[in-house]
Amino acid sequence: MTRRLSLFNITSLVLGFAFLYLPILLLVVYSFNGSRLVTVWGGFSTQWYGALFRNQALMEAAWVTLRIALLSASIATVLGTLAALALTRYGRFTGRTLFTGMVYAPMVMPEVITGLSLLLFFVAIDLDRGFWTITLAHTTLTMCFVTVVVQARLMTFDRSLEEAAMDLGAPPLRTFFSVTLPLIAPSIVAGFLLAFTLSLDDLVIASFNTGPGATTLPIKIYSQVRLGLSPEINAASTILIGLVTAGVISATLLSKRSVLRSRRNAH
Amino acid sequence: MKERSFTKRLTAGLVPAVPYLWLGVFFLVPFLIVLKISLSDPAVAQPPYRPVFEWSDIAGFIGALDVENFELLTQDDLYFRATLSSVRIAGISTLLLLLVGFPIAYGMARAPERHRSLLVALIILPFWTSFLIRIYAWIAILKPEGLLTQALTGLGVISEPIEILNTEWAVYIGIVYAYLPFMVLPLYATLEKMDDTLLEAALDLGSTPWRSFWTITVPLAMPGIIAGSLLCFIPAVGEFVIPDLLGGSETLMIGRQLWSEFFSNRDWPLASAVAILLLIVLVLPIVIYRDVEARRLETRP
Repeated sequence: MTRRLSLFNITSLVLGFAFLYLPILLLVVYSFNGSRLVTVWGGFSTQWYGALFRNQALMEAAWVTLRIALLSASIATVLGTLAALALTRYGRFTGRTLFTGMVYAPMVMPEVITGLSLLLFFVAIDLDRGFWTITLAHTTLTMCFVTVVVQARLMTFDRSLEEAAMDLGAPPLRTFFSVTLPLIAPSIVAGFLLAFTLSLDDLVIASFNTGPGATTLPIKIYSQVRLGLSPEINAASTILIGLVTAGVISATLLSKRSVLRSRRNAH
Repeated sequence: MKERSFTKRLTAGLVPAVPYLWLGVFFLVPFLIVLKISLSDPAVAQPPYRPVFEWSDIAGFIGALDVENFELLTQDDLYFRATLSSVRIAGISTLLLLLVGFPIAYGMARAPERHRSLLVALIILPFWTSFLIRIYAWIAILKPEGLLTQALTGLGVISEPIEILNTEWAVYIGIVYAYLPFMVLPLYATLEKMDDTLLEAALDLGSTPWRSFWTITVPLAMPGIIAGSLLCFIPAVGEFVIPDLLGGSETLMIGRQLWSEFFSNRDWPLASAVAILLLIVLVLPIVIYRDVEARRLETRP
């Protein structure tokens, strides 16, 4: 049967996507507003972008955020990939139930609980709050997301390729690095990107675990938003949106190309 | 030879051990500490609670723990109201998410196959842009003199500015907006696999479209409905950012209460007790969610 989109289907898709994208679009448009009043249009201007780059505190926060996100996403990718391998390749090992519980719980756990509990832990072990505590906290949260992304890929993975390599005499580690890893690489990259954006974005957990000299961009934005809207924040948001969009599009193109290439090789 | 098999076993054992240990140290142990501190008393000290654990005086440490904070939670009905209101707001939001998300997921599942991956990417893309920024965008829209009022006045629908910001409605809009991908994606995943011939058969046998929707589509989409609803409901109960930025001071939610106990009142033991309370409310949904997810991933072809 050929599926036909009914008028109802088309209307709900159009309205749904309008709802998702209109607020973001308005934010981007108003970042080029000449007026200081955020909701009154005062002509086209790029002055807020200039103001943004001259805002030392905001730039510094962006740099801290970027470093935390890169570091925590890298560690989380390694840990998450290991956890995904453990869940798919190790059968019923001791404590598996607890392990799956610990992998799925942080993803839905309200952030206030995760943030508070990690902070109390860091206080208990007498670790100074700051850059490192946020990094550790973000690693813990985001590794669970990496696990799920990589696990989903490993589930659909054709084990016979690994078996073939082993039959031909490749030791397990070598098989992993030359067969398994290249095949699951796109999902690992996707997991890394997810971990990276989650870390960039996090306000609640970072607020609990921050310390002197470790103000992240979301913390900074949040404190400014509480004081009122500012066109500078619109400009900062637009840059972030642009970066993320570019990142997602290039990731999609990359994975498409790798799919095409592997299809070509298969023929 | 023997040595080699030992290193092999060691590396093989490290695969589950490393993430296991990490989560044990940074996820499980912190919870036990929250539990312990919820049984402590606040103190003007560093850290701001008593007793502090010491190996030399374990008996004294245990003796100093009490359930005073939990008694306070039951005596002051603020926490009870906050819990109830959080569950209510999250529940209504989840229903709204189903109402908004289902038609979208259904439309996506019926779209021609070559467009589907683009539609999925378009649903995910807003999720990659900052949560905070997406909530922030709504402030400018919902403000009394904001863009929604301007648009509706321009169209002649209203003459007075509408008050949405700082009401519960703004919280609903915020949650539905921010969580929509979490609802649409699980729904889409089940709807996409649905066999159309079942619907055709029902129609051929004289069923109305409305009836076949309820007797065929909805039961078949149930795994997606459950997963999507839990994925939205659980974090929504403990939501802080949305009620704080959009909800105004009247909106009572438990995540916000925890935040203010911690940051404004600096009462760490009470904040920990609130965290335990929130966890008790959520423990059942979280366990169900874990089972649903684990089964979904493990039965995948």
